Parts: sequence; structure tokens; C-alpha cells
Amino acid sequence: MKIEQRRTIGVLFGILGIVLVGAVAPNLDSASRAFTFEKPPQPATLSFTPSVLVIAIGIIFILTAVSTFAGPRAERWSKIALGTSAVLFLPLIVIIGLALSTSTSTNVIQLMVESLRLGTPIALGAMAGLWCERAGVVNIAIEGMMLASAGVGFTIYATMGDANQTSWLWISIGCAVLTGGLIAALHAVVSVSFRVDQIISGVVINLLAIGVTGFLRSELIVPSGSTSGVPTSNIALPLLSSLPVVGDQVFTNKPIFFSMFVVVTLSWFILWRTRFGLRIRSVGENPHAAETLGVNVIKMRYQAVIVGGLIAGLAGAWFSMESQGGFQDNMTNGAGFIALAALIFGKWRPSTAFLGAMLFGFTRALGSRLQILGVEVGDFEIPSELWQSLPFVVTIIVVAGAVGRAMPPAADGVPYEPSR
Amino acid sequence: MSDDTGSDDTGSDDTGSDGAKSSAAAELKKTFDIQPVLVPFLAIVLAVFIGGILIAAIGDNPFEAYWALLRGMWGSPDRIASSLARSAPFIGASLAVAFAFRAGLFNIGAEGQLLIGATATAWVGTWAMFGDTPGIILVPLLLVAGTVGGLIWGGIPGVLKARTGAHEVIVTIMLNNIAALYVRYLVSSQDPIILRDEGASVPRTASVPSGARLPKIVDIEPPLHSGIIIMIVLCFVVAFLVNKTPFGFEIRTVGTNPDAAKYAGMGVNRTIILVMALSGAFAGLAGSTEILGTSGFLSPGVFVAIGFDSIAIALLARANPYGIIPAAILWGSMLSGAGLMQQETGLSVDAVRIVQALVLLFVAADVIVRTVFRIKRGKLGAFETTNITSGWGGGT
Amino acid sequence: MGEAGNVPVLQARGITKEFPGVIANEDVDFALNQGEIHCLLGENGAGKSTLMNVLFGLYQPTRGEILVRGQSVSFSSSADAIALGIGMVHQHFQLIPVFMVAENVVLGDEITNGPLLDMTTARARIVEIAERYGLDVDPDALVGDLSVGEQQRVELVKALFREAEILILDEPTAVLTPGEVDEFFEVVKSLVDKGKSIVFITHKLREVLAVADRITVLRNGRTVGSADPKESTAQTLANLMVGRDVTFEVDKKPAEVGRPRLEIHNLVVTDERGLVACDDVNLTVRAGEIYGVAGVQGNGQRELVEAVTGMRHPDSGTVQVDGVDITRANPREVFGLGVGHVPEDRNRHGLVGAFSIADNLVLNSYHRPPFRKGFVRQTAAIDQNATELIERYDVRTPGIDVAVSTLSGGNQQKVIIARELAGDDAVLIVAQPTRGLDVGSIEFIHSRIVEMRDNGAAVLLVSAELDEILSLSDRIGVLYRGKLAGEYDRADTDREQLGLVMAGGAGT
Repeated sequence: MKIEQRRTIGVLFGILGIVLVGAVAPNLDSASRAFTFEKPPQPATLSFTPSVLVIAIGIIFILTAVSTFAGPRAERWSKIALGTSAVLFLPLIVIIGLALSTSTSTNVIQLMVESLRLGTPIALGAMAGLWCERAGVVNIAIEGMMLASAGVGFTIYATMGDANQTSWLWISIGCAVLTGGLIAALHAVVSVSFRVDQIISGVVINLLAIGVTGFLRSELIVPSGSTSGVPTSNIALPLLSSLPVVGDQVFTNKPIFFSMFVVVTLSWFILWRTRFGLRIRSVGENPHAAETLGVNVIKMRYQAVIVGGLIAGLAGAWFSMESQGGFQDNMTNGAGFIALAALIFGKWRPSTAFLGAMLFGFTRALGSRLQILGVEVGDFEIPSELWQSLPFVVTIIVVAGAVGRAMPPAADGVPYEPSR
Repeated sequence: MSDDTGSDDTGSDDTGSDGAKSSAAAELKKTFDIQPVLVPFLAIVLAVFIGGILIAAIGDNPFEAYWALLRGMWGSPDRIASSLARSAPFIGASLAVAFAFRAGLFNIGAEGQLLIGATATAWVGTWAMFGDTPGIILVPLLLVAGTVGGLIWGGIPGVLKARTGAHEVIVTIMLNNIAALYVRYLVSSQDPIILRDEGASVPRTASVPSGARLPKIVDIEPPLHSGIIIMIVLCFVVAFLVNKTPFGFEIRTVGTNPDAAKYAGMGVNRTIILVMALSGAFAGLAGSTEILGTSGFLSPGVFVAIGFDSIAIALLARANPYGIIPAAILWGSMLSGAGLMQQETGLSVDAVRIVQALVLLFVAADVIVRTVFRIKRGKLGAFETTNITSGWGGGT
Repeated sequence: MGEAGNVPVLQARGITKEFPGVIANEDVDFALNQGEIHCLLGENGAGKSTLMNVLFGLYQPTRGEILVRGQSVSFSSSADAIALGIGMVHQHFQLIPVFMVAENVVLGDEITNGPLLDMTTARARIVEIAERYGLDVDPDALVGDLSVGEQQRVELVKALFREAEILILDEPTAVLTPGEVDEFFEVVKSLVDKGKSIVFITHKLREVLAVADRITVLRNGRTVGSADPKESTAQTLANLMVGRDVTFEVDKKPAEVGRPRLEIHNLVVTDERGLVACDDVNLTVRAGEIYGVAGVQGNGQRELVEAVTGMRHPDSGTVQVDGVDITRANPREVFGLGVGHVPEDRNRHGLVGAFSIADNLVLNSYHRPPFRKGFVRQTAAIDQNATELIERYDVRTPGIDVAVSTLSGGNQQKVIIARELAGDDAVLIVAQPTRGLDVGSIEFIHSRIVEMRDNGAAVLLVSAELDEILSLSDRIGVLYRGKLAGEYDRADTDREQLGLVMAGGAGT
């Protein structure tokens, strides 16, 4: 990041710090609040006085601002300070929110778990995007793939399994995954073989998905009578679920949620440690160079895009068969695009994209948590719409802030013309 | 590579055979004249055909269904008027998308920009100071308010793209969602009351003064109002702007080769911001005409799904402002006529949506259409040469 | 050289390769013998690269036969050619900048341990090859960080890693300093000593005479014959290449130099990565002279031109045209002062391929009268302008409304030249003006540049082709690592001295 950018952000933090110390902290209710770590009864707690913590964080922000102006020798420190301040932002919102609400405590472990849970489709979507883009194919149809998979999966569950038979649940999830793969194959045919502009191809697929799922819902799901059903149930991981505190909150959870971790790890492993992965990435950086070495660029792109589609299908299944049991029109509501933002934020690497996804999960979880807490500023209750808009706003900030520095795969978005 | 050591590709060797080129040019001229219309037309034919197969597959009679659809669309003067009324907002929104397209920008935010424009109109119209203003002054004023609203909502992604490289696809979609949420709050909120009409039983804004309405052409429900004329005129204005003005030349250059635009001294960033803002303005104006032409107030959720449809129409019209008019009318008519189809055959409205999506697929992947109908590739139009996918903005 | 009863190791028989609208190779015969260095000579556009791409399996021949060691073969992709021991180093390197050297080398032929990549073994093999053939490469370096010469070595290691016995080198010396070229020839000779057979594609006559065992000349896609290097001269080869007598020297009056028109003082420019590209450059170009900036690409030429034409702002220093400070100006203002710019990358910067010739000719003047009046473009004036210019600059085209992308490279460049030279320019900046062009176009463009200079313009010529610099310039400056490492009058210097300075050696 160039020095002007760092200073601008430093100044923003500085202003925020001054505001926190001077204006926010004095106006906070002085009663103490607590973070709890378990569900009641007997939750472990950590009490604090919000105004004290707010002042502390405010001072850290001010120090960060100072460090960005301190001169070249302090450069390393200023970067650490900026990173720390960025991270502190999140607990800050929780603290202020808690202080402004009528509740006295909030379960932070649960908040974390909710973030992870709500981040699941985003992380999976980001992995789907990763596979496609690392091979050089822009995929803005992740949203459409998720939606269509959610729709098709639930349609099968409702019509064949009455939305409550476990065996059909698993079959439906499998069908959802396959749907994602099929749609991805279509995207590949249109954009790789026919070389249509990849964004146009993506938009068309999104439109197709909306049309098809609307059709499925009104023609098949509603008539079947099973419009809401039984989603996947919790699995308790052996050993890990017996751990204190985290055992039954983190390690007892739903299958697709767990699969997210597997998918992220496997994606990293395959793309960076295997021959197949090297070739996929080469095709996204310089397909012509790969071609001169005998790599079949078209085949690699198809494979990568379809793998991405399968992952997107799994994300879709999460919506209609894990998070809840049911399908509503447009239920993905932008998740596919937020996943892309997470991918960009993570600079097209699995580990950082995963962190980005969790960040968005956190904003969603935070939003609903603050809504539950009933945060009020003076007499004015902050509307739920504001909280719901938080992920979207954060996405814009991320995309505006992150892109300039991030380098996508060099051949990303460029249709490939084979030599003849 | 870090050094660009050459320009001529191995495939385009210069053998100086200029004779070969002139007969190729003549070939091109032959196919040029019908190409832009022929391919979308055939795409529709192909989509209808496949749609028919799908309809048959679920047990309904495709001929009955399509006949009902057609009658629903244009079967009587009232139905024609209804179709046109339905199409009116589409014209403005898809014009916005098509216009941005020419600069290589993908404005998916027409829906949000339209909504903000409509909200601005509904809000300004209820200002106390305008209570007695004659309609003839108030209407243009409110139209301007709506245009400005859309201009701002479109300008935001423009500025972000120009300054930070943030891809407008993501930003505009996010802004759509944000607009929907905030407008819903502003209109529904009862404590405090912001835009909500206290007397109304459902959440909606107060009506603008009854004198401030666009004249109706056909008084049906919803009415066909003169907003459609404004939109059609706007298409002609935009066509002139893009093809005949220096600004239009800049837009097209930026959309086709931004590097050359920079070399030629054109302000690429300035163009991006202006185009996105204007695009938003067109959508905002469309939203404004809808408010002033129909009810005079805004209910949240009334403009849902205009957004993606407008992209489809813009693609169908191949980003040609003149082509927007027939494309939007066709599209809106299909949605309008689907009601009769559902009534008579029981086939859900979504069937029409699937046919529409297929039309779009075939228009976008026109190669499929050309392969099926064996048409050779003609002169590349503006649609084919505009460069949208330039990656995510990082590194240019 | 080979055993008795030589069968050529690689042979093309009657190869024809057609593209839509163009016949790139027509009935070409070519044979490479074991252990020889065979130069394939021809001017730009003659079809040399196409022929080699066919022999390497990247292109499918329309007609004809390929034989490897006497056996007829057919390649469905370059993997087949590689399997038979053919390796190719392309003119534009086929490397992935964000990958390490080792990854670039093994791609497509990876060493694996089960499903996993085994980069340790790969590294060891690369080091071994590097030592055996005297090619110094670091397997862990990122290719994007390497110099051009180092990248070329990576390309060679890539081919040798696959045990290539036949090496096709496409214009390998285009990116090297004269000193590096000599080193390169040493490597080539040692490869031949170790039993390789080499095809060397080039259009540089001097190099051909230096290393070739045999020469085949292509012209307009056909073979026009072989030549024996021992009995050829640059002149005979040039005539064979072009089909008529070629004059090497540009007919130039002595310069009639006037006042300074372009003044660059203490210019410091950084590139996108934040590295210094131009380091305190000072130069002045006067009316009526051509100042040639010599140097291998990548030494700051691009950034220099961008800073002078307003496409990039320098970090410090000044640029003045006829006394007016344009350091912070944008391209439009610079153009308004009478500066013409023929850009290095004509397709990316100089032209909009899909637009008509007429539109391209007003690309930087469309906003002024007579091409606009108020809000409206004046198409009559634009067309009139185009008709005149294509006549004057001999642009071969069926009309002014065709898309510029349909023109040949030479004609495209003439369009740019017509646009930039037509006015009464104060200063003309020309970067790599004849790259990739045929001899006819080169001669035409050179004479036009000289014409501008005779009319009193100050011409800044930036070129990686030393011959072009030597034949056109009145004064010469050498850019090395962003600094102007030497400045000479044309009469006071020669190729050897310039070559030395271009490589970083001290001039006199």
C-alpha cells in the first residue's frame, strides 16, 4: 500500500479514535457489561466497562494515526498498527452495540460460531470462484448456480421425499451439487468454447436461474404441499465435541458447514501442491504458454469451471437444505456476489478468501445479534434494515479498497484462442 | 512478459495480399444489413421452440399456451395498451444498461437507480412548499428530482470504478440491495415517520399533489401514460449522443480500447464517471415517470425484477438505443400477456420467464444461433466489439 | 556434422498453411540436418514463425508433410513434437511471471510423487542441466523478476529439460544487447557441439553470416532458395529476402539544425511497480534533427516516452516543448502543442481496431473544428480528411470505412503515421516505428520521418533496432538502466561502441 493510502486510512482511524474517546465513551451507560462464552446456565463470563474499553481502543486508533506519519523507520510498526486497528474494529462494534442496548451480556462464542455458520455459503462460493478464476474464467454466475442448485435440490426433496425423509435429503443435496456442476458446464461451453464474453455469459446464467427456480417453485414445490421441510441435523464430531466450552458449540454442527473446511483445505492442496493444480493455474496465467508445453487449455478450463460449479452447488444446498428446509424466490440474495468480493479480498488465495468470507459472515451475524439486542441511540432504535444492509456495505468497502492492490490471475477474463 | 518485444502475432503475417482483402469486404457488406436484426429474431424463434418442448414435457399443450400468450400480449386494444404500459419502465432501465454498455461498463444497478429516482420524486413531491404549485411546473421539477436521484445512485459506482477500480458489477448489485432495504425502511417506518403516508393502511408514501401527473394515453389499470413517450424520445436522444457527438465518440473509444483512449488524450476516468452517472439518471427518470404516470405514490417492492430484465433487454437489443424500443416492448408484452396464459392454461407465469431466459442465452451466445441456422459471421457490430471483461480492475 | 547417408533430422515437405484471407506458407520445403545451425531468413511477415509453429505442432498444416528423422509424422499438439525431441523458444517468451523458474520449466512434464509435485527432484535436474550447458538459472527465482536475458536462458532450460535434440529459436537476439548476442552465439555453438541441431529464425543479416551453416530464405510465404553463408554477403541476402535491390542507407541530407524544441531536464520517472525507470535523464532535441535513443528494451524507454507525451507524470524533472512546460500536461494538451506520437504498441495505444480508418485518423483531433461543430461531429470533414490522408500516405485499403483491424501491419502503421505526421509538428516522438513490418513499409516510414526532420521538426526516435538508429539518427543517446549512458554525434560513433554502452560498458 502506498504511503498516501496508509496515511489517509491512518487519519480516518485517528479521527475515529478522537470521536470514540471524546464523544462516544462519555455517553455510554456506565453499567458494566459482559461477554459470555457458553449458553446458560453457568456461563463463563468476562465483565468489562464499555466506556473503558472504548477509550482504550480509541487511544490505539490515535496511536495508529500517529504512526503512519512517523517516518520511514516506523513503517513496519505502522503496518502492524493498521492491521491491529482493523481487527479491533469488529469487537469495538460489539462493545458499543452491547453498551447501547438494554441487554447486559452477549455470548461471543456463539457470535463466532454464527459468523462461521453464516460464512459457509460465502466461503464455498469463494472457493467456487477460486477454481474458475484461477483457470482464467470469470464467473459471476456463482449466484445463479447457488440459486438453481438450492431450487433443484429442494424440489427433489419436496416432491420425492416429502421434505422430511433423510435418505431423500442426502440424494437431494447430491442433486444440488450436480446441478451446480451442470450449470457450470453450460457457462464453460458458452464462454470457453464459444468465447462469448464471460460476464455476459454469467449474467445470462443468473437470469436463467431466476426463471427456472421460479418455475420450479410454482409448478412443483408448492403443489407438492411440502413447502417447508426438515433440514440437515447436527453432527457431533468424535472427540472434539467433548471439549469444554467449544465442544458443543463449534464442533457440534451441520455437515455442509464442516465440509466448508474440507473444501477450503482441499482446494489449497490440489491447486498448489499437485500437478493438476499447477496446470490449472498456468492456464489462468498464460494459456498460450501452457499450450506450447502440451497442456490442453480447453480441457483444463472445463474441469476447473465444473469443479467450481460443484462447489457452488454445495453452497446452494446449504441455503435450502441446511440453513433451513425450504426454498424462497431469490433466497441467495447476493451471496454469490459477496463471495466474489471475498475472493478478491483474499487475493485469489484460499486461506485469505476464507478469512474474507468469515468477515462477511461476521457482519451478518453481528447484524442479527445487534438487532436482537435492540440497540438504541438515544430514543431512536436502529432499524433492522440498517443491520441487514451491513454485509452489502462492507462488500462495497472491501471491493473498493482491496482491488487496487490485488492482482488477479493474469489471463482472468480473457477468452482463449487456441493456435490452429 | 515484462517487455513487449513485438506486436504482430504469428498468425497475422503480412504477406501483402491486399487483393484478398477487398473481396472479403464485399462479402461483409452483404451480410451486414440484415445481421443485427436477423440473429436476435432467430434467437427468439429458437427459444420459443425449445420452450415449447419444455412446456410439452410437463404435460401442457404448447400451441394453446403460446396462443393464449399472444392474445394476452396483443389480442385487443386494451391488451396492447396494457403491454405498452408494462414495457414503459423497461425502456428507460434497459436504455441505461445499454448506454453504460457502450463504454464497456456493466450497470446492473438500473433497478436500484430506478427505485431511488422514484423515491426522490415521491419525496420531493410531498414537500409542503409544492402544495399549490401548478402541475405544469411541478411535473418537470419532479422528473428532474428523479433524474438527479438516479444520477447520484449511478454516480457512486462510477466514481468507485474510476478511483479504485472496483468492479461495477459487484458495486451496483450491492447498491440495489441497499436501496431496496433503505427505501423499504423510509417508506414503512412508523416510529419515526419519514416518508410514510400516515393516513394509508399499507406502507406507502404520501401522494404527490393530484395536479402533478403525466397525462394518460389510455386509462386502464395500470394506465398507459405519456411517460412512454418520454422514454422513446430519450432513446432517440441517446442514439444521437452516442453516434453523432464527440462525447459519444469518447464513450465508444473507452468501451472498445481504453488504452488507445488514454493515448488519444481522452479522460477515461471522467468518461466512466459521467457514463455511469448518466446511466443512473436515465433509470431514475424512468422511475420518476412511473410514479407520476400511475399512482403518484411509491409502495416498496413495486419495482422488483426490473433490474435483471433490463439487462436482458439491453443484450437483446445488442446495446443499440434504437433497438431498445422494440426489445423492451416485446419483453414487457410477454410478461403482461403471461397472465392470460396462466388463466387459460394453468401454466405458470414463470414459463414465460424461462423462454425469455432462453432468448437471452441465444442472443448472447449468438454463435449457437448462427451454427443452427448456418449464418456466416458478418461485420462486427458495436455489441461484439465492446470490451466488458477486463478483469476485476486490479493491474490495469 | 552428420554421418554418411544423412537423413535430415527435421524436414518440411510442401507445407502450406492457410488462414482466413491469408496464405502464410505456400508449398514450403525445409530440411534441417543433424548437428547444423540452419538459419531461416526472411523479412517480417514472410512466414518464418508460421512454418516453425507448424513444425512444432502448434499449427496444423493445410497441406504437406512433416518428417522427423525420415519418418512422416503428424502432430495434434506441441506435446507430440516435444515427445519427439523438438523444442522451441518463441520470439515472445512463453513464461508465467508469477511462477518460479522451476515451475515454468516443469509445467506440462512435471515430476510427481504420487499426486504431489516433486519440486526437489525437479530443482536438482534443472541445476544439473544448467551446469551441463553453461546456462545460469536459479530455480527458485520468480520469472517476473528476471532480466530478459535470464528469461531466455529459462526458455532454453525448458527445452533441454525435455531432452530436446532439435531446437527452434525464433528471433532470439531481438531482446539482447550486442554483447549478449555474442554470448548467446557461444551457447548455441556449444549446444551444437553436444549434438543438438538448431533452426535459427531471424531477419538480421549480420547474425546469419556469423553463425549459419546453411541458410534458407522465405519470401511472401514461399521458399526462394538456399544460400551458402560462405558465398553470401548482406547485400545478396537482402536482395533474396525482398526480391529486389535493397538500399540499406537512408538517403539523407545533412541536418540543418535550429533551435531546441524538445528539452528534457533531470527527468526521473517510476514505473507501475514503484521502481525507478528513468534516472535523471537530460536530453535536448533541436529543430531539424533526429535524436535516436538506443538501448535494449526495458531500460526505461517506455517510461521516457510516456513521460514526454503526457501519459505518465514524472516524479521530478521537467519536459518542455518550444519553451512551454509540459511536465504535468495530459496527452491532449501535449498534442495541442504540436507533438506527434507514434506509439510503441500500435494496436494497444495507437489504434482502435474495430473503428474505421476515418475515425482512427481523427482519434486525437475529433474534438476540434473542423471535425466537430458544437455538439455534433462533422462526418463530411472527417471523411474528407481520411480520403486525403490515405492517398498521401499510400495506405492500401478498399475504403475509409473499413475497420482498421482488417489492414496489414504495415498499413496500420501508415495510418498512425498519417495521423501523427500530417500536421505541422513541432516535435515528433516515434517509438519502435517499424517493428514487425515488411521492408517496403519500413522504407516508406523511414523516408517520411526524414521528411519531417527536413521540414524543421525535432524528432525523438526510440528504437531497439540498432541499425535503424544508426541509419536515421543525427545524434544518438544510449539508455541503460534508466540513465543516459552516452551521447554521441552520429559521425563520432559506431555499432561496436554503441553495443558496448548498451550493455553497460563504458563508452569513450
